[in-house]
Amino acid sequence: MTPDKYFRRQKFVLTAVLVGMVLITLFAGDITRFDTADAFTAVPRVVRWSFRNFIPDEQAVSRLPRILSRLLDTIYMSVMASMIAAILAFPMALLGSRTTRVAGWLAGAARGFASVFRNIPIAAWALILILAFGTSDFTGFLALFFATFGFLSRAFMETIDEASASSVEALRAAGASYTQTVSQAVIPGSMPQMLSWMLYMIETNIRSATLVGILTGTGIGFQFDIYMKSLQYRSAAMIAICLIVTVLVIETISNALRRVIL
Amino acid sequence: MSLLEVRNLTKDYGEVRALTDVSFSVDAGEFVSVIGPSGSGKTTLIRCINRLIDATSGTVNYDDEDMLKLGGRDLRHARAKLGMIFQHYNLVYRLSVIENVLHGRLGYKSDIQGILGLYSEEEKEKALETLDLLGLSEMVYRRCDQLSGGQKQRVGIARALIQDPKLILCDEPISSLDPSSSKIIMDYLKKIQTELGITIFVNLHQVDVAKRYSERILGFNSGRLVYDGPPDGLDRVQIEEIYGTEAGELIIE
Ligand SMILES: Nc1ncnc2c1ncn2[C@@H]1O[C@H](COP(=O)(O)OP(=O)(O)O)[C@@H](O)[C@H]1O
Ligand SMILES: [Mg+2]
Repeated sequence: MTPDKYFRRQKFVLTAVLVGMVLITLFAGDITRFDTADAFTAVPRVVRWSFRNFIPDEQAVSRLPRILSRLLDTIYMSVMASMIAAILAFPMALLGSRTTRVAGWLAGAARGFASVFRNIPIAAWALILILAFGTSDFTGFLALFFATFGFLSRAFMETIDEASASSVEALRAAGASYTQTVSQAVIPGSMPQMLSWMLYMIETNIRSATLVGILTGTGIGFQFDIYMKSLQYRSAAMIAICLIVTVLVIETISNALRRVIL
Repeated sequence: MSLLEVRNLTKDYGEVRALTDVSFSVDAGEFVSVIGPSGSGKTTLIRCINRLIDATSGTVNYDDEDMLKLGGRDLRHARAKLGMIFQHYNLVYRLSVIENVLHGRLGYKSDIQGILGLYSEEEKEKALETLDLLGLSEMVYRRCDQLSGGQKQRVGIARALIQDPKLILCDEPISSLDPSSSKIIMDYLKKIQTELGITIFVNLHQVDVAKRYSERILGFNSGRLVYDGPPDGLDRVQIEEIYGTEAGELIIE
């Protein structure tokens, strides 16, 4: 193949993909009766309406203590769910990782297990768990925990393979036992990256906790739901603002922690 | 009785035969180089010796132990007496130099001592001495990710040395290094052989280096041992048999 021909083919592929995407968008818009032009002209209207209805008023501000206490519950729940999930995901990752697996079938089982947990969306977890445990804080906690456990198991497996494979091999060659290898090579080599994943999940869970709260009737999500349903948009907005600030603060803290550990 | 004896060693990776009926032996105190084009089975050979991979058939006898039959504790002990150095150093880069060196003692320790990193005064002393021998006494508490390639490889050598091995297996120890660091590493390996009496078994892909440093060369082509003899017995015909006709011309020049 000449370079000319090669680049012409590359361009052709790119063009085909673009055309395909446009066609799919138009087609999807047609069946869902989505009008692109209408959507764009609606933007200013939405912004104006939001400003009129979503600026917290005095009443919203007076509710701040209650909102903050619910928010604190939510943060606490997210942190706990993430940390416990991380602690349990580590042994799962040891079993499933190519570097530290103890037996092929067990590794397959661990990967399959993690994959099931990870691929069930958090909202589905919440709805399933409500059936078993009713609407309670515990249900919300479990939903966050299961989804986080699945995600972290997988992320840890990859971290172990990337960060420790070569040193694990060296220690095995020197006669180190399995547990020695895990504590002297896997943990020091992979821990910072794993902690970073855990911090990421804490951030994600604080966001998801709101949704889970709406579904399970707990925490900040439940409060938000109540205000929205009783048309107290200004108080709901207060919650939204608090959430945004919290997420920003948590992100800043975890970025600072990352700089220290990585 | 030789220190290492490999008999009829064959290794298949599924359909691919990486080693075919390889037999040779190595005496205590020798400096042996293994050469051959990439894919000829050099790495596979080394890993079959210390059981990082399992051979398909054949025997490996090291220091009077039938390596391929060992398991559990016995395998750990046999590995402890057999050092290994890697092309990519294979250190725990977040740990300090001395911690990495002490990893070489794990094969001699109980699980709990190893997990907690409990090393004796004597072992720490030995680590410092070894680092001194390798010119790393300034780097003892430095994190390994701050070292140059040549320094990392010297940490790798120190980790192997502190095992008190009779033989050190080296898988392309200089392939990631520049010429001057390569020379330093090869000189250290030579020094370890002549002064400490430790047998060196090293995969190389530079024929000139192999010729300069070793007393014996094993030449591999597609998983078969096609040359086993002294460096000056490697003439044009032999080189061509190992590397193929065209490559042979380039190497002889
Ligand atoms: N893990 C593996 N799975 C399948 N084939 C492998 C594997 N490792 C090595 N091989 C094959 O075995 C042969 C020998 O490889 P190797 O021992 O790495 O050679 P060298 O170290 O001389 O470059 C090559 O054909 C290579 O592709
Ligand atoms: Mg190799």
